Amino acid sequence: MNGAHDLGGMHGMGPVVADRDEPVFHHEWERRVFGMTLASGFLGKWNIDMARYAREQMPGPSYLNTTYYEHWLFGLERLLVEKGLLSPDELRTGRPQGPAPDPLRVLRARDVGKVLSEGGSARRSQGAPRRFKPGDRVLARNIHPLGHTRLPRYARGKRGVIERDHGVFVFPDTNGMGLGEKPQHCYSVRFTLRELWGPGASRRDSVHIDLWDDHLEPV
Amino acid sequence: MDPAKEEIVGSSDHDHDHDGPGPHGAPLTETQLRVKALESLLVDKGLVDPAALDALIDTYETQVGPHNGARVVARAWVNPAFKQRLLENASAAIAELGFAGRQGEDMVVIENTSKVHNLVVCTLCSCYPWPVLGLPPVWYKSAAYRSRAVFDPRGVLREFGLELPKHVEVRVWDSTAELRYLVLPERPAGTEGMSEEQLAALVTRNAMIGVARVPSPAKAARP
Repeated sequence: MNGAHDLGGMHGMGPVVADRDEPVFHHEWERRVFGMTLASGFLGKWNIDMARYAREQMPGPSYLNTTYYEHWLFGLERLLVEKGLLSPDELRTGRPQGPAPDPLRVLRARDVGKVLSEGGSARRSQGAPRRFKPGDRVLARNIHPLGHTRLPRYARGKRGVIERDHGVFVFPDTNGMGLGEKPQHCYSVRFTLRELWGPGASRRDSVHIDLWDDHLEPV
Repeated sequence: MDPAKEEIVGSSDHDHDHDGPGPHGAPLTETQLRVKALESLLVDKGLVDPAALDALIDTYETQVGPHNGARVVARAWVNPAFKQRLLENASAAIAELGFAGRQGEDMVVIENTSKVHNLVVCTLCSCYPWPVLGLPPVWYKSAAYRSRAVFDPRGVLREFGLELPKHVEVRVWDSTAELRYLVLPERPAGTEGMSEEQLAALVTRNAMIGVARVPSPAKAARP
């Protein structure tokens, strides 16, 4: 979706200002949102692409006016209700109205180290045959889906060159919508700054964007 | 912008409070109340184990951080065979040092040289290589950085105090997939006799994102 999260190339967001010795978390509630989001993710009711899509659905004005962990909080509440783990009433009142729906796989403290170090790769051993190889010239499709996509707006309709083939990965545009993993090749595609931003941009510089076969067409 | 100035990225979230009724008895904000209510709901319903929450938070607050990535960089600087492996199969090479897992399952390491400068961003969310850098700083997640890193990378670098010569090529890496990028910065001059451990102490988080160089120790020692 063409949401406020898709920030590449926007103007007017101000200078980048870095806090020299910032803490990992700035508030206790940020710690709790971080922990709850990860712990709830391990319930297995949604995947990381659905989690990103949930945050993207925060209304644009709110998204730009709130901080990172407020986006996470919005996404978490939305997913918990959407997947039936909490009712809208429970969320509104803060009072539980019954037990959790199914027997669930709840993350225990003793397993935290193990599950974090194992992670969960989105790489797959099999998928659709690759359509491109390094050196091929490609066009990023001019699509504007209402759902989740990892093809950023600033690259759509632009020409690039396949720089490297990362191998087969889950396709977030379907996985985030509950439409399956649709594993396919993911590539690093090189776009010159001039192609992206016109003749005023530096001739020498480029942006590398990771895109999948379904985002690309041959030139 | 002088990076030494203590300031915060376009965000009002900078008062470093610790929640709870503060020293002045300030009431809890709406967000604090929402978070407290959600946590008690999840715990009451048995969806979340409070001890697991604490373990998750502690892992990223006290254990994982840019000191991990600094060890990877220092190893690459002293060990050419390791560096080769790192550039060819980053995840496996990084795992040799014991760093792996969530948000770093599929790593790519990109090397800065005198001719090429790499810079990492995630314009769509704020993807970041957790096992080697920990959780991202506020500026990395800010709309300012995410919007401009791909549009005006040299301008962004200038705000970090890094003016690149025209002949250096800038490559920006937008982390739109599950690949996670770590920049291998150039080894600074004046470090020839240093041990791997001493070198690791020089490497900064910002250098591994690509918004800074690793300062040479002679320079760093000056005020």
